[in-house]
Amino acid sequence: MPEVVIRTSGLTKVYQETKVPVKALGGVDLEIREGEFTAVVGPSGSGKSTLLHIIGGLDYPTQGQVEVGGHHLNELNDRELIDFRLEHIGFVFQAFNLIPVLTAKENVEFIMLLQKLPAKEREARAVQLLQEVGLGDRMHNRPSELSGGQQQRVAVARALASRPQFILADEPTANLDSKAAANLLNMMAEMNQREKATFIFSTHDQRVIEKARRVITLEDGVIVSDVTKA
Amino acid sequence: MYLLLAWRNIWRNRRRTLITLASVAFAVFFSCMMQSMHTAAWGNLIDNAVRFYTGYIQVHQQGYWNDKTLDNSFENQPALQKKIAGSPHIVTVVPRLESFALASGTDRTKGTLVIGIEPEKEDGLTNLRNKMRGGSYLKTGEKKVLLAEGLAHFLKLSPKDTLVLISQGYHGSNAAGKYEIAGIVKFPSPQLNDQVVYLPLAEAQWLYDTGNRITSLSLLVDDPEQVEAITESLQQELNATQFEVMSWQEMMPELVQSFEIDRLGGEIILFILYAVIGFGIFGTFLMMTAERRYEMGVMIAIGMSRLKLQAVMFLEIIMLALGGTLLGVLLSLPVIFYLHYNPIPVTGNLAELYQNYGMEPVIPFSRKATIFLRQAYIVAIITSVLGIYPIWFIQRLIPVTALRN
Repeated sequence: MPEVVIRTSGLTKVYQETKVPVKALGGVDLEIREGEFTAVVGPSGSGKSTLLHIIGGLDYPTQGQVEVGGHHLNELNDRELIDFRLEHIGFVFQAFNLIPVLTAKENVEFIMLLQKLPAKEREARAVQLLQEVGLGDRMHNRPSELSGGQQQRVAVARALASRPQFILADEPTANLDSKAAANLLNMMAEMNQREKATFIFSTHDQRVIEKARRVITLEDGVIVSDVTKA
Repeated sequence: MYLLLAWRNIWRNRRRTLITLASVAFAVFFSCMMQSMHTAAWGNLIDNAVRFYTGYIQVHQQGYWNDKTLDNSFENQPALQKKIAGSPHIVTVVPRLESFALASGTDRTKGTLVIGIEPEKEDGLTNLRNKMRGGSYLKTGEKKVLLAEGLAHFLKLSPKDTLVLISQGYHGSNAAGKYEIAGIVKFPSPQLNDQVVYLPLAEAQWLYDTGNRITSLSLLVDDPEQVEAITESLQQELNATQFEVMSWQEMMPELVQSFEIDRLGGEIILFILYAVIGFGIFGTFLMMTAERRYEMGVMIAIGMSRLKLQAVMFLEIIMLALGGTLLGVLLSLPVIFYLHYNPIPVTGNLAELYQNYGMEPVIPFSRKATIFLRQAYIVAIITSVLGIYPIWFIQRLIPVTALRN
């Protein structure tokens, strides 16, 4: 059985942005094993994105512990978290993932530049990944010249470029039509197999839920069900 | 790629970038023009003022400047003149003997300033020959005088008439002489025009019974900007207990003051101009950061360090500032060079006034490199200070908040 690579215990997040505190997570205990293809589902405001942000080292929990790939994220400072994200996490956001002034290939290369990989290696991997996501002929196009589905595929290629242990996707199909969403999900499932990365999605898209092998349901910041498909 | 990213970022809103570049370029162009005109005009004015009488530097017997009497004169030693003339940047050394006398014509008498000169050397410094309005210029060794036009008019004298001078000479001796008027000179300054009498140096020394003494050595230099250094170096070279070496700034403090007041006025105008431009640039920086808040959030989220993001933003700022400055300098260069070689002519009464002061009736322009460099560093300072805002913005950016927006 694959080892546990993500572990949260008593994870609580309270937003204090207005006078009334808002509890986004209310004590989440969770274990995710290496190579899982997991969907975190729930209605809007259930805490899906917050959970992903904390697992991805983008936010700190108010209470509780989070351990990702052996790193205790509560103990890392801002700079260490940036390094952690660069080396271990690939993010795919809902939209506007890409740097608009760079081409598809440059966007994919960019993350490897941050990792200080040699130019030849960067270029070869960017070309390979873009071909794998079916955009071999659009690699010199800027995001504004690509459709929403194509942009999300570039975002997946970029997320994979740094060879991360984890891919966190926050509602990746929210702005896509059915066909583009299906293409993206098939491609991500394939990548999950090929790149051996652990995928976690937040979504309330039924198509994503059907593809996932494990579905965790959140409501009002707590896990109400956790189903692993046979 | 960071450079490429910065370059493309500044062109993502082409119109805004062009407006920012144009505003910086305009400020630089306008400042260069103003500075060029101010530098050249004052350069001319100062050159004219010092050549008018004092020279850029004067050497006196210690204490003469505070107590201008013949008793504070010094021996005119050729070795001393040679030593000074041999110093770097010195073009001309002009000896003078100055004192006062009562000058009489046919039926009038007036107090006058009597200056003993070496006619050719004096002409080299003050262009005295060009100020002639009648008669002939002085010759070394002759027993004649040049009379200022106002004084000649008051005494009702003309060339070939006789002037009588009565005064007190060196160490209280009597001084009296009778001279033929060789010529009349005109000075635009009424103060000089109503009281100056020029004599050949040897004749003045005989009149005042000073022997081979003089009251000052006036010096002309080839680089007016080096006056302070030359003065200091001469003071060290000459015996400090015997001689005082003074720059034109010390001898004409009122001219320095006028220059400073005018310079300050210009600086205030430039400050207002740069403040307006600065707000424009700041507006651009505000937009650059506000519209890219989400994108910056993504970049930090995927692992770009704040320092690298700040460096990219700073590159954009430098490119904008440098681009605007270069554009401004490139625009002003041909205009200033053209106006330097083809100065704007002044006409009418103003032209006459310029000519009266021995100045060419034109508005001159300077093409000194420091004029352009100064604008570059002013823009660099302004943009660097304003650039603190985007740097601060990135430092404080919380990626998760930016992504939520």
